[in-house]
Amino acid sequence: MSWLQKLLPPKIKRDDSAARKSIPEGLWSKCPACEAVLYRSDLESNHSVCPKCSHHQRIRARERLNLLLDPEGRFEIGADVTPMDLLKFKDSKRYPDRLKAAARETGEQDAMVVLQGAILSVPVVVACFEFDFLGGSMGSVVGERFVRGVHAAIEQRVPFICITATGGARMQEGLFSLMQMAKTTAAINQLAVRKLPFISILTDPTMGGVSASFAFMGDVVVAEPNALIGFAGPRVIEQTVREKLPEGFQRAEFLLEKGAIDMIVDRREMRRRLADLMTLLTRQPATNA
Amino acid sequence: MKTTFLDFEQPIAELEAKIEELRFVQDDSAVDISEEISRLETKSQAQTKDLYAKLTPWQIAQVARHPQRPYTLDYVEHMFSDFQELHGDRSFADDHAIVGGMARFNGQSCMVIGHQKGRDTKEKIHRNFGMPRPEGYRKALRLMKLAEKFSMPVFTFVDTPGAYPGIGAEERGQSEAIGHNLFVMASLKVPIISTVIGEGGSGGALAIAVTDQLHMLQYSTYSVISPEGCASILWKSADQASVAAETMGITAARLKALGLIDKIVNEPVGGAHRNHRAMAQTLKRALADSLRQVADLNPMELVEQRQARLMSYGKFKEVAN
Repeated sequence: MSWLQKLLPPKIKRDDSAARKSIPEGLWSKCPACEAVLYRSDLESNHSVCPKCSHHQRIRARERLNLLLDPEGRFEIGADVTPMDLLKFKDSKRYPDRLKAAARETGEQDAMVVLQGAILSVPVVVACFEFDFLGGSMGSVVGERFVRGVHAAIEQRVPFICITATGGARMQEGLFSLMQMAKTTAAINQLAVRKLPFISILTDPTMGGVSASFAFMGDVVVAEPNALIGFAGPRVIEQTVREKLPEGFQRAEFLLEKGAIDMIVDRREMRRRLADLMTLLTRQPATNA
Repeated sequence: MKTTFLDFEQPIAELEAKIEELRFVQDDSAVDISEEISRLETKSQAQTKDLYAKLTPWQIAQVARHPQRPYTLDYVEHMFSDFQELHGDRSFADDHAIVGGMARFNGQSCMVIGHQKGRDTKEKIHRNFGMPRPEGYRKALRLMKLAEKFSMPVFTFVDTPGAYPGIGAEERGQSEAIGHNLFVMASLKVPIISTVIGEGGSGGALAIAVTDQLHMLQYSTYSVISPEGCASILWKSADQASVAAETMGITAARLKALGLIDKIVNEPVGGAHRNHRAMAQTLKRALADSLRQVADLNPMELVEQRQARLMSYGKFKEVAN
């Protein structure tokens, strides 16, 4: 705090912050990283990547799939699989109420959307986590939709891509959630046995039970810039080891340095790079699209 | 060994203390008090049985973490012969929180892998409280592949609060290590038979428990997150752990009812820690049974059956759109 701010009466400071917040919602957006004020449509046409500092904002599953897949020939897989409350789980809220609230907020029935389609004319099945649905947590529905996606890829003999954005396993489904780790990873094993590619794209954040199951089993593991990726959350680690975490710990760049991932890809180039990776892995000629 | 009593066992602890006292004075006593002692012993037994018949999930979690509970190496001693411990992941270190090696089970060669906790402070630190780092999981993976190469069944014993959340563990790929185990175990061509002997803590437990037969000891627990962890996230207070334990369904009985485990192995009266040998004998019979059930399958059938089991995990509704 500067000497000037100290002299100013607190009332004026409050007014000041209120004025800054009162920028009309929807038209403008502020980059959380560099604080640049951006015209929202500019941001959207830039794949929700800040044009000033290249900060990758979190985006919704369907928005991401829209950016990635060719517009024609899309087909949704597993949408008829919906969640249930088998443990009658209740903390401060009942689990069914949490599900309902999340559905209202996101328009999704659970935290994963799977689409069959094509990227620059290369046929593919893509599964994408919806982080805004209960933190993108993996329960029975996410597991089942994932597996159906993999099985569709096997049937069509096409590559499978999964884009993760998740806090990990869903506590409200207890051990059923833990078992989804084994289930999804076994499905990836089935894909691997048939020599079909699996590309894993880790976005902000990819943690816990998802990180520790199929996420690192990709034939190619890609991450978005600055994505937080790890097994345990930074707070848990800090409490356990009682020391300050190194700079950039658990960020995509840190993982690349440690040899945990293959590459970091800018979201705006993702489509092109994925098409290249898929055609290389399946020994197809490059796409000209 | 003097039994350590848990908080909820105080009535038994008091009785046992009294028995101990009477035994001490018996020698100098003019009157015969042996009858009184045996009366109290029967009472203590009955009380223990009563108490353990209606433990809450949170109390069961305490028993599962009992400091005198048998650990993996205790079972190795009582159930297997010719144990040859094998060390190291061949690239970084030997993790003492996971032990493994070859042994004989009723004469047959097999691989044994399990989490290992320590008894006294020094050993607890040596074993990192049973919390493995990536090299522990990579050692386990190496031993599983070795078992596959020489067609040996794999027995795993689960007893961990969870994989270690540390800086080095993250740097060396804790996630990848666990995920890789799940991947390989899904198609390992030899039987895998797992038992939760104490705490089954989340991904750190599952990483050695993708299995053909899953047993849980009567007072063990298996959960996606520790009751304390769940409480501190969803209830914003670790004090609500007992409520979280109740809600999450972490006990053998509840998980059996939910169809997530195959068999509950009964413990001696008052818990496995009161009689390691008896516990090991009961478990050995259960493991022999399970091994017989999968022994006749050829490797392809075995893997097919395991994958069918993995694919069946989960409960959801299917609605026509």
